[in-house]
Amino acid sequence: MTQARTFRHGIHPAEHKALTAGRLIERIAFPDEVILPLAQHIGAPSRPLAKPGDKVYRGQIIAAEGGFVSVPLHASVTGTVSAIAKHHHPNGSLADAFVIEVEQNSPQTLYDEHATDWEEMPPSALIEHIQRGGFVGLGGAAFPTHVKLAIPEGKHARWLLINGCECEPYLTSDHRIMLEWADSIFLGVRVLARILGAEKSFIAVETNKWDAIKTLVSRIPADLACELVPLETKYPQGAEKMLIKAVLDQEVPSGKLPIDVHVVVQNVGTVAGIGDFFAFGQPLIERVVTVTGPAIRRPTTLLVPIGTRLSNILEHCGGLTEDAREILFGGPMMGTPQQFLDVPILKGTSGIVCLTEEQVKSRQEYPCIRCAACLDACPIFLNPSALGSLARTARYDEMMDYNIMDCMECGSCSYVCPSNIPLVQRFRVAKGVLREKQARGKAA
Amino acid sequence: MTRRDPQFVIATPPFAKRAVDTPAIMRHVIYALVPVMIAAVYFFGVSALLLIAVCTGTCMLLEWLLTGRGNLGNSPVRDGSAAVTGILLALTLPPGLPLWMAALGSAVAIVFGKLLFGGLGQNVFNPSLTGRAFLQACFPVALTTWSPQGGLGAFLEMRGDTLALPLLRPVFDGISAATPLARMKFESEPTDLGALLFGTIPGSLGETSAILILLGGAYLGWRRFLNWRIPVGIFGTVYLFASALNMIDPGRFTDGLHHLLSGGLVLGAVFMATDPVSSPVTPRGMWLFACGIGVLVILIREFGGLPEGVMYAILLMNAATPLIDRITQPGIYGAVDHRAGRGD
Repeated sequence: MTQARTFRHGIHPAEHKALTAGRLIERIAFPDEVILPLAQHIGAPSRPLAKPGDKVYRGQIIAAEGGFVSVPLHASVTGTVSAIAKHHHPNGSLADAFVIEVEQNSPQTLYDEHATDWEEMPPSALIEHIQRGGFVGLGGAAFPTHVKLAIPEGKHARWLLINGCECEPYLTSDHRIMLEWADSIFLGVRVLARILGAEKSFIAVETNKWDAIKTLVSRIPADLACELVPLETKYPQGAEKMLIKAVLDQEVPSGKLPIDVHVVVQNVGTVAGIGDFFAFGQPLIERVVTVTGPAIRRPTTLLVPIGTRLSNILEHCGGLTEDAREILFGGPMMGTPQQFLDVPILKGTSGIVCLTEEQVKSRQEYPCIRCAACLDACPIFLNPSALGSLARTARYDEMMDYNIMDCMECGSCSYVCPSNIPLVQRFRVAKGVLREKQARGKAA
Repeated sequence: MTRRDPQFVIATPPFAKRAVDTPAIMRHVIYALVPVMIAAVYFFGVSALLLIAVCTGTCMLLEWLLTGRGNLGNSPVRDGSAAVTGILLALTLPPGLPLWMAALGSAVAIVFGKLLFGGLGQNVFNPSLTGRAFLQACFPVALTTWSPQGGLGAFLEMRGDTLALPLLRPVFDGISAATPLARMKFESEPTDLGALLFGTIPGSLGETSAILILLGGAYLGWRRFLNWRIPVGIFGTVYLFASALNMIDPGRFTDGLHHLLSGGLVLGAVFMATDPVSSPVTPRGMWLFACGIGVLVILIREFGGLPEGVMYAILLMNAATPLIDRITQPGIYGAVDHRAGRGD
């Protein structure tokens, strides 16, 4: 195999993946109740079809898609809808959600309405079918998968890029999926490549997962134009733009999408899910979640019905340690801190990372000494030092000249800053203000 | 619906953090300077020790008094940058300089060079060099009176007028020696390169042993506490420019290696020009900054009235830093070439 490819800049945070990397995916018991928010993806929320009191089956559609950039929602368990009510959402808001009481002593067999003979279907029907399966990007962004597959007029996809980097520290769910579900992945690749008419597919994996690379290489079907690409272990290698740079040496132009350089990127977990969907009709009703961190007593990788409460999972993993101070959905670089233990696992929840007091205590901020460490870390080649000093004094308009809107908030600058300046946090605020301003400008 | 669990803090990612902070960087700069300081004390005895102590002490004391409001716990002096300023200033001074002058220079360095701009990170000019420029302007004779070296045996011997009283005209006795650059400039007499490398030459505290400074710089570069582009750019420019001149007229112009190793060039390139606050942050800006310093050093040394020009070269390029930063912004990932979109 050739030398591991990569992008320029980026950082090398401690990986902490050994906590869970060696453990088999473990299925959690069905809880007594699941919470299914209508907004689990980017785009319009789903529209409820089932009503309180209805009996629903595992895998049955209970809410229709709210538009093209939206997906339907499936019951992740067999049971009874007890309410559609406001519930704590992992993003910090209160949002409408189905509450389903799980049927006791149910076999929880799959409500079989999705099995298909995919080889006979035209691409447009396959895309619709994937939407019907409720698929969104499982890497964390939760962008509806079918939208990426529907190539706009005048554009075409040459390459399908499967993202198995999992560059966030602590997370190992994609790693386990690649080790255990290789056949599902390759079936998914086959379906997606057929939809896109792609010349070739690539599966990109960081070299800290050699076992996964070896497993996948040994299982590539002979008739599939698919190549394993080992990439250097570096954050944020899994960001779409970095991935395309590393694998194909192409840059997505600022403000454009991967399809503009003829690439479609999908997360490896999503692809495995799609493979299973076409193999035996299981829509997106469960997902693999890494439960890890020094503040959880029994770190592990779980297969969880979507909608399972955080508290159920923590209990399954032996509970939190005394010094637990933060629970993140997602990794420590870009994850979302949780305030409530009753929030549900969403389609996009790739991991639950439990951190201790020591890891989250606030650090003294010093003035910027212009050491340029942030410039050497930024994968987009921005100037976080200059942006930071503009943001500190709320000179947001001037930040546009320094390309603030290209910032993808990976947090590499905050990670390296020796003066502990909360750079990416300030950039998020600045981008929010600027976006609002742009929207107002358009409205006027 | 549950109440928020008080066990959990409200914070924002990233939660992973590199362990090195700003005070740690300052500490490591001081570690890297320790061998240079030891060499200075070895070569120039107790005079050197007193100079370093007075400069460092003055800088730290003044920063504490003027910013900490008497509370040491939250004083910026704890970040260590004032100590670095003091040590670096001391290393640019001649060993026999009266201590009161050193204290005055340190006060100018920390007050005018740093605090008046707003403290750490805000100053335009390198504070140590600001202090030294002030001293050079006020006491040109004292600042260019170099005492010869002695080994450990001469430890307790005062070099020059270390303990002179303030504002009294110092009496310079016979024990002064010319620096290699002055010998070259005024007597056209080169110094052995080996002596330059190991520092057995007259000069300021820190300009003597090139090899120890380079070692310290290599350590900081390896730990990524200083940016290698700046010293490499300066050395490259000085060597190429000086060698080119030397090739044109070997009788008139000194050769590149002699320029590289003599005077304050090594100390300036490794520890002064790399001061992150007063140098550019962009990679291309650093190269431009370094080349500017290299060219100015040779212009001053070869065509100016002074034997040494490192200090003025760095200060001038410090002034150009904001402009350099602005015109050398890095090209971002996926930059759209706006010229390509013009309708024609």
